[in-house]
Amino acid sequence: MLAQRKPRPTLLTSESYAEIDRWLAKYPPERKQSAVMAALTIAQDQNGGWLTSELVNEIADYLEMPAVAVQEVATFYSMYEHKPVGQHKICVCTNVSCMLCDSERIVKHLQQKLGIGFGQITPDGKFSLKEVECLGACVNAPMMLIGKTYYENLTPEKIDDILARLN
Amino acid sequence: MATIEIDGKPYTAEVGQMLIQVADANGVEIPRFCYHEKLSVSASCRMCLVEMEKAPKPVPACATPVMDGMKVWTRSPKALTAQKAVMEFLLINHPLDCPICDQGGECELQDISVGYGKDASRYGEEKRVVFDKNIGALIATEMTRCIHCTRCVRFGQEIAGIQELGALGRGEHTKISTYIGQTVDSELSGNMIDLCPVGALTAKPSRFNARAWELQQLDSIAPHDGIGSNIHVHLRRNEIIRVVPKQNEAINEIWLSDRDRFSYQGLTAEDRLTVPMIKKEGQWQPTDWETALQAAATGMKQIVEKYEPDQLGGLASATATLEELYLLQRVIRGLGSDCVDHRLHQIDFADQAHAPLFPYLGMPIAEIERCNTALIIGSHLRKEQPLLNHRLRKASMNGAKVMFINPIAYDFNDMRIAQQIITSPNDLITTLSGVAKALLVGKNNVIPQQLEDLLADTKVTEEQQTLAQSLETGDHRLILLGNLATSHPQFALIRALAVAIAKLSSAKLGYCAEAGNSAGAWLAGVLPHREAAGMPISTPGVNAYTMLNKGLKGYVLLGVEPELDSYDGAKALENLQKAEFVVSLTAYVTDTMKTYANVLLPISVFTETSGTYVNNAGTWQSFTAVVIPKNEVRPGWKVLRVLGNLLNVSGFDYDSSEQVRSEVCEKLGQKTTDNLNSWQVPNDLSARKIDGLQRITELPIYATDMIVRRASALQFTRDATSAKGVHVNSNVAAQIGATEANVVQVRQNAAKISLPLVIDERVPDGCVLIYAGQAENVALGSWHGWVELTA
Ligand code: SF4
Ligand code: FES
Ligand code: FES
Repeated sequence: MLAQRKPRPTLLTSESYAEIDRWLAKYPPERKQSAVMAALTIAQDQNGGWLTSELVNEIADYLEMPAVAVQEVATFYSMYEHKPVGQHKICVCTNVSCMLCDSERIVKHLQQKLGIGFGQITPDGKFSLKEVECLGACVNAPMMLIGKTYYENLTPEKIDDILARLN
Repeated sequence: MATIEIDGKPYTAEVGQMLIQVADANGVEIPRFCYHEKLSVSASCRMCLVEMEKAPKPVPACATPVMDGMKVWTRSPKALTAQKAVMEFLLINHPLDCPICDQGGECELQDISVGYGKDASRYGEEKRVVFDKNIGALIATEMTRCIHCTRCVRFGQEIAGIQELGALGRGEHTKISTYIGQTVDSELSGNMIDLCPVGALTAKPSRFNARAWELQQLDSIAPHDGIGSNIHVHLRRNEIIRVVPKQNEAINEIWLSDRDRFSYQGLTAEDRLTVPMIKKEGQWQPTDWETALQAAATGMKQIVEKYEPDQLGGLASATATLEELYLLQRVIRGLGSDCVDHRLHQIDFADQAHAPLFPYLGMPIAEIERCNTALIIGSHLRKEQPLLNHRLRKASMNGAKVMFINPIAYDFNDMRIAQQIITSPNDLITTLSGVAKALLVGKNNVIPQQLEDLLADTKVTEEQQTLAQSLETGDHRLILLGNLATSHPQFALIRALAVAIAKLSSAKLGYCAEAGNSAGAWLAGVLPHREAAGMPISTPGVNAYTMLNKGLKGYVLLGVEPELDSYDGAKALENLQKAEFVVSLTAYVTDTMKTYANVLLPISVFTETSGTYVNNAGTWQSFTAVVIPKNEVRPGWKVLRVLGNLLNVSGFDYDSSEQVRSEVCEKLGQKTTDNLNSWQVPNDLSARKIDGLQRITELPIYATDMIVRRASALQFTRDATSAKGVHVNSNVAAQIGATEANVVQVRQNAAKISLPLVIDERVPDGCVLIYAGQAENVALGSWHGWVELTA
């Protein structure tokens, strides 16, 4: 019974709601919370790659969940951002396999090239850097993830090339 | 049934039980942090690892169901190594700040580390630090100490019904926290303090006040709701440091509402009255007991002699003990008056002669959770009786159909509510008639013909039809009348219709008691129409409302501030001030009291006196005094005994409160109450009509009695602070052209005051919600009626 909440201004677009509804349709009506991860992703995408507390609240209302429970999910998974990110969010893996394949060199190169550290955004807002744990691409370590694309067997030259194409 | 072996000894167990339950039941000790018998299993701390035959790795005892023939070792080298390793990991990030931690001495982490920890840490790296957050007035946090057992989180989800704390972040970065900037507002929040195995959550009001080993533990009974929760009072040198629940599965289980836990703060409020006072030539002065009691007796006698006995009235709070209440009515009756009452929130007394012996819940408290169908009429149960609501919530979680008919769309902490009909006070009668009518179809001779006839023209709405249909499902049904029903201007009709609905749906009928000893007040005869044990009086005295509304010449007050505690506070105050003589037996003294009283007698409150409370289920619970009150404060029953003697009332030579109790007991004999046959067939079912905005009044949880109103920490909770102002929904606000935080003019009858407007979507159209027990709005008067708002 969360029905007495005050209606909040809607930040999510009708397209986003339609998308969330598509996910909701996959679960029984009393299990709306099953769609929480999808909803968070949709909200994040709509908002340029990061979540605000207002968005979290809106999802909580829509899925009839306590806000703190939505926040638990949003803070547990590293793909949800709580601060603004660049237009291209570069996630570099530094976990064991990648580290053994010298991910350090990759990190250094990226940082020098972009002039930013982890958790920062380039002044033009184009790129942000993030350190992540194993993304399951160990066979082709070292690797990074930009948007939804994996880039593997990285070398500094390859990175230059990838970034140039993103530009 | 399964037979298992733990540490070489055979035990029988139920299939499906967890290993730890079998161990606990048989006194085998297994260390644990996250497991709690009243919460779901999370198996996250791993402290309970034990060795199991045929299992390659140790298994968590809290999450391993027993199987026939299972063999388990709790202290084998393998088990101990695992337990010690977990312990070491748990201590890695723990600050080990026991010397400055409130939990020190009663900390599960401390205790278990004595058994399983190393004497020195091997960890040299940096420890995790979590900055503190303010999560409200009741719970202090020190989250660096948290071991992430998630008991507090699960408590919120499973028991309190609102998840307010969550585990944010992951792994080492996990933090237990509320959602950004929010506070913990549950009315059961204090239980998290008990559940937290470490000092991460401690009681704010008693923070840094004492060490666990300095405390003396004595038992008592909580006075604020009809449950009668069993409590342990923790004292140091005659000072209450804190109150915690005492387990009683039939009553409060292991829980305690925040009101019962933190109200003790009211005992040491600044305005506590510690010496008797009398008014002499317009001047208040402290005096000795003899003078004060003599003045009280003389004053009372004069009223009776100068006017007539019925000009003296007694008004009592149902947080007083059975003994005090019984003696009060004996004193008043000894002077020839039957004007004595405790029903200060009531206005309709039309059928009082037919009322049950006492407001009985209809069943034992624990049985509520076994109901299949329940209809609650006029109750914010969650705030009226938090632990009764907890039982009902359990029933709903087990699939019971729980329905409400209420004036406000209350939030019932995630209870699965089958249906909630929101109806204004005006329309309540019509709604109940509709439900009764729907149930009547096809049933003959279940309710009197006269009532059937009255229902003949009633129309049934779809909503009422659905509710009626639900009421006829399940084999254990309950209709419960709450405090909003009792204080309704047409309570007698509501009772009649509730009885009819109960009879027609073969349900039990129950009443929610208002205070800790409402049942006791009825049994003690603090009623104008009945003596103790329900003995009827042929020519009854006047009821509380009339006493305060028409005015008497003299009053004896026991533990009440009528301006805040009665149905029409403004009128009450006016008439008290007009009265010739008022004596107040009170624990506090206020400026308002000084405007009407002539004698103030300082009496003790709960924990300071021996006595008895009778709870909502009719259970008598007696207690002894655990604190010696300050200065000249005396137990109420003793004060009344002396008054009785001074007034020459016969048979007033009691030596102990037990004697008083036995006297009531004897009178009561084997009498029991029968809710379904205690009512009056109405002559008329027509609803009251008010044009314009109707006032709805709720007595909020932290304003119910003198003690609670002075419990400082509770007054800072959201439940207390949100009880201010005048609440309307946005439609009504728009109609008068006001927005939130605007101050609006509120007019009720002749009174006109300004109050801040609160937009509250729970309030239906055409109504305003104004809370009772608030000094700011006493001037408005009656709890019901027509209200005009102007921006
Ligand atoms: S605050 Fe206490 S109860 Fe809550 S998770 Fe931490 S240790 Fe457990
Ligand atoms: S360690 Fe980098 S992808 Fe697995
Ligand atoms: S008590 Fe078993 S894992 Fe915590």
